[in-house]
Amino acid sequence: MANDDKILEQVTNNEYKYGFYTDIETDKAPKGLNEDIIRMISQKKNEPEWMLEFRLDSYRKWLKMEEPEWAHIYHKPIEYQDIHYYAAPKKKKNPKGLDEVDPELLDTFNKLGISLEEQKRLTGVAVDAVMDSVSVKTTFQDTLQKHGIIFCSFSEAVQNHPELVRKHLGSVVPNNDNYFAALNSAVFTDGSFVYIPKGVRCPVELSTYFRINAANTGQFERTLIVGDEQSYVSYLEGCTAPMRDENQLHAAIVEIVALKDAEVKYSTVQNWYPGNENGEGGIYNFVTKRGLAKGHNSKISWTQVETGSAITWKYPSCVLLGDNSVGEFYSVAVTNNRQQADTGTKMIHIGKNTKSTIISKGISAGYSENSYRGLVKMTKNAHNSRNFSQCDSLLLGDKCGAHTWPYIKAQNTSSVVEHEATTSKISDDQLFYCNQRGIDTENAIGLIVNGYAKEVLNKLPMEFAVEAQKLLSISLEGSVG
Amino acid sequence: METNTLDISLKDRMISLFEDKKDQIFKNDIKPVSALRNEAFEAFTKMGFPHTKMEKWRSTSLEETLAKDYNFRIEGAPRQTNVEKIFECEIPDFDTYMVAQLNGWYVYRKAPLRTLPNGTIVGSLAQAMQEYPELISKHYGKYADYNENGLTALNTAFAQDGIFIYVPDGVEVEKPLQMVNIIDSDENLFIQSRNLVIMGKNSKLTLLQCDDSVHHRYTFLNALTEVYVDENSTLDHYKLQNKDDSSTLINNVYLHQEANSNVTTNAITLNGGLIRNDTHVTLNGRNCTANVYGLYLVDREQHVDNHVFIDHATPDSYSNEQFKGILDDSSSAVFNGHILVRKDSQHTNAYQNNKNILLTDKATVDTQPFLEIYADDVKCSHGATVGQLDQQAMFYIRSRGISKENARMLLMYAFTAEVVNKISIENLRERIDDMVKKRLRGELSICDQCVLHCNHPEKELKFNIDMTKI
Amino acid sequence: MLSIKNLSVSIEGKQILKKLNLEVEKGEVHAIMGPNGTGKSTLASIIAGRDFFDIDEGEVFYKGQNLLEMDPEERAREGIFLGFQYPVEIPGVSMNNFLRTALNEQRKYHGLDPMSASDFIARMEEKKKMLDMQSNLTKRSVNEGFSGGEKKKNEIFQMAVLEPQLAILDETDSGLDIDALKIVANGVNKLRKPDNSTIVITHYQRLLDYIIPDVVHVLYDGRIVKTGGKELALELEEKGYEWLKEHAY
Repeated sequence: MANDDKILEQVTNNEYKYGFYTDIETDKAPKGLNEDIIRMISQKKNEPEWMLEFRLDSYRKWLKMEEPEWAHIYHKPIEYQDIHYYAAPKKKKNPKGLDEVDPELLDTFNKLGISLEEQKRLTGVAVDAVMDSVSVKTTFQDTLQKHGIIFCSFSEAVQNHPELVRKHLGSVVPNNDNYFAALNSAVFTDGSFVYIPKGVRCPVELSTYFRINAANTGQFERTLIVGDEQSYVSYLEGCTAPMRDENQLHAAIVEIVALKDAEVKYSTVQNWYPGNENGEGGIYNFVTKRGLAKGHNSKISWTQVETGSAITWKYPSCVLLGDNSVGEFYSVAVTNNRQQADTGTKMIHIGKNTKSTIISKGISAGYSENSYRGLVKMTKNAHNSRNFSQCDSLLLGDKCGAHTWPYIKAQNTSSVVEHEATTSKISDDQLFYCNQRGIDTENAIGLIVNGYAKEVLNKLPMEFAVEAQKLLSISLEGSVG
Repeated sequence: METNTLDISLKDRMISLFEDKKDQIFKNDIKPVSALRNEAFEAFTKMGFPHTKMEKWRSTSLEETLAKDYNFRIEGAPRQTNVEKIFECEIPDFDTYMVAQLNGWYVYRKAPLRTLPNGTIVGSLAQAMQEYPELISKHYGKYADYNENGLTALNTAFAQDGIFIYVPDGVEVEKPLQMVNIIDSDENLFIQSRNLVIMGKNSKLTLLQCDDSVHHRYTFLNALTEVYVDENSTLDHYKLQNKDDSSTLINNVYLHQEANSNVTTNAITLNGGLIRNDTHVTLNGRNCTANVYGLYLVDREQHVDNHVFIDHATPDSYSNEQFKGILDDSSSAVFNGHILVRKDSQHTNAYQNNKNILLTDKATVDTQPFLEIYADDVKCSHGATVGQLDQQAMFYIRSRGISKENARMLLMYAFTAEVVNKISIENLRERIDDMVKKRLRGELSICDQCVLHCNHPEKELKFNIDMTKI
Repeated sequence: MLSIKNLSVSIEGKQILKKLNLEVEKGEVHAIMGPNGTGKSTLASIIAGRDFFDIDEGEVFYKGQNLLEMDPEERAREGIFLGFQYPVEIPGVSMNNFLRTALNEQRKYHGLDPMSASDFIARMEEKKKMLDMQSNLTKRSVNEGFSGGEKKKNEIFQMAVLEPQLAILDETDSGLDIDALKIVANGVNKLRKPDNSTIVITHYQRLLDYIIPDVVHVLYDGRIVKTGGKELALELEEKGYEWLKEHAY
């Protein structure tokens, strides 16, 4: 038994391999937040007046709000005045081709395994890379343009498609939705914008890679995806950050609008720096993600693999407004060492015959805390709606916590809500069985954990599934893979 | 923090009442109880009444009921009365030892505190403070944490009387003990009632707690029961609630279990204006079993809220929660089950389940089955469902020639059976079974007396379907 | 191949094996018979390296190595295979993935390169064919939702793929109908090679109609009370285990 514990300890102690720092000049705003800083950000981005107004309005609302305390997480107070709210790699004006992108930057993304150039040529995944809040480069523009698909940085969208942005910005996550959403609405610097026109099936996976690089910087990106009628898009998001001793704040917003018969699939592999084994450093990840299934028969699907961040506070949600609309949430959350995750979803059923599915797999190791928190609400008019939720927890070791906090509100008679949850550990019998076949305990844990999470991993697009699987093993196993 | 003005006013009334009537409130106390009162009063002054911004109260609002104009009766004493006059139990062959409270004060026929031949002590808590100060000092206020709950603080500050039960080591009390809490008043009343049950090692007790109200006045009963179950003891506990629509009942039960003890508690709510059952179970020794069951059948504007907190403080214990409810009209129900498995509480088995049927679109259910787990070698699961009667089953039954009405009744009855069948006293089970049937048919009203006694002539239940054939 | 001397084993103070001796030579098939609860499965677990027993005394040598000092996976890589009496379910882990990992760990241990995907698939196909197995079994999760018979067949299949030198089949016949029994026995026979040894642990004689043992041992109350040829199994079948009691003391 003692031996097993040792192995468990070994495999749960790993190094973060994305922890390098890129030495590029950055253009930073002074620390702190006030209306002048917001005006500065807006000005730097050459924004129209309505955008500035949106920011200022958000900021004023934020000032009156309090940081939420209900999550099962503990952290030192965040010093909001000690953060740079704008940091951008210094660059030449809008690179036209890859030759014009800072080579250091390209190198960064190569290290991350997202060679923009390679991606462009080979994999058919269009990538938008965001470093320290600023979109660096979007690949694959030509193909997308042919289909009328808009996939660009948020800043470009504000310049080039103001009517679309204005129409949908804040329509799913209002700027006073919550403390962190209000903060983001005031200071967000960049992110991605996607518009899929009516009847178009986006032929490639769209992907954004987020990277925090500069020190003492908050990253506040904002993503807006609009799927027009009968459209389809699959969108991927990946995140990493360098290793630093201090905690860095990441407060993003993702808004999705799906119109009639549209389907939007959003996948995340979140691997922000989780801090070291003593819980020093790491990203505070407070994210608001919400999709509005606005039209009849629309569908929004969230898949997330969360292995990083010191703190994860994140509830990708679906508002099922259109009749027969569908919401899905598939999640694997791994916490190790001193990480804390409080993550889950909200499924708000408003339209008739709406359906939602929640599959959540939590894996806790070390001294970490891992919570599932979710709300399923059947409103009065959501006749004949269905929800099924399954939230499983796997504990590796006896120093960690695994918690399930589901909230179910039912307000009509014809809907059915089902919730199931179990808690388990890897059994000695399973480990011995693997050992007997020649597989050592470290590998056996990797195998079993991946098997446990398979239901969710299978929902990821191929390119990400492989990466996610490796990530799971790495998060728990050191250098296997 | 925003507070509504009405809350402030009742809270302030409570505070000044405490100051004004201090002599009266502390009159009967032994020292440790007085000390607790002061501390709890401080705590209440800080906390006030619970409100919907508190996590544990987000689905139950006391705002409306706290806005009523209540009277407080601090003066009083246990008193002699003919209990049978106000209360009569009509379960056939149901032989219980009955103790009663009227408006929060103990009422008795012969003596305020009696010792049964087997050594069990039963009677008024106020009297027990005088006669058994050492028992009171050892257990009173030790399980109910007034710092966590404004209503517990309020009760600890004000409570004067209630029921005291002491079962010595090795004693198995054969007859069920029936605790009846009656409110009979022609004025609006706010009552604090406090019970203390102490079970020695290797003892056994069946406890039946009946809450009933007589006149249709606004009443607020803030009841608190502490139960200490020592090693190897077994407690069977039932709460029967059949209150009128203008009553508010807060029922805080704190169960503290030592090693190898076995507790089953079953809360059956048939009617009630606003009912909040808070059951706290602490498993403080190995190999404990706690079964916490509940059934609620509510309609009109009724609201019932069951909060169950089970603290697995030690390894090797078992807990099981099963709650079921049927909601009609504009009624609402809340279930919040919270299982805490502490670090090192290995080999815990904890299960939790809540199932609800909504009969109308106006009824609402909030269910929150929580698991908080800090040990890895445990088996925990929870489940919750909200839905309607199984349409396939409905069709199946009707296709056998059974009317829609009867089919509906049959399915509702079958739904409740899982909880009702867990009642281990046969007479009681049959009686409750009958009452559930009546309740489902809309025939059960608020009786003039206890829930176990209907003044209406017993109507033969016409339930013509042979269950065994389905 | 395998040499057990004076082995005494207990669990929580209760003695299970008492000074047990057993010698298995290359190429031999040994059957160990005996009533329930006499320590048959314990013996199998000890050889495979399960750690919840206390070894009070004795030694176990395998190919000249002190087996008791080796981790279970090391023993497996050295060619010991245990066919479990109750194979455990591992949800979400496909048989393909599981076996490929196991095989490559073994190869790595012996300094070989990992097997390519195509070679691996070819090997799986070959073994499936050899054992008349349905091909969909390997796409499913390890033992998950398998019937009792499927689980046992799956154990034999894994044995075929991993090609062990010493296979121990713990009650592989229990819960099998006669057709499944034949398939399992057939598999074992096909895998029999001059260099390999097999220990068949069974409660009943009927498996030994299909797998003909070289040596039959009777285990009773923690020790081997009788050893003989294949005819011993028939004698046991006829006289029952009661008959052993005379020999036991």
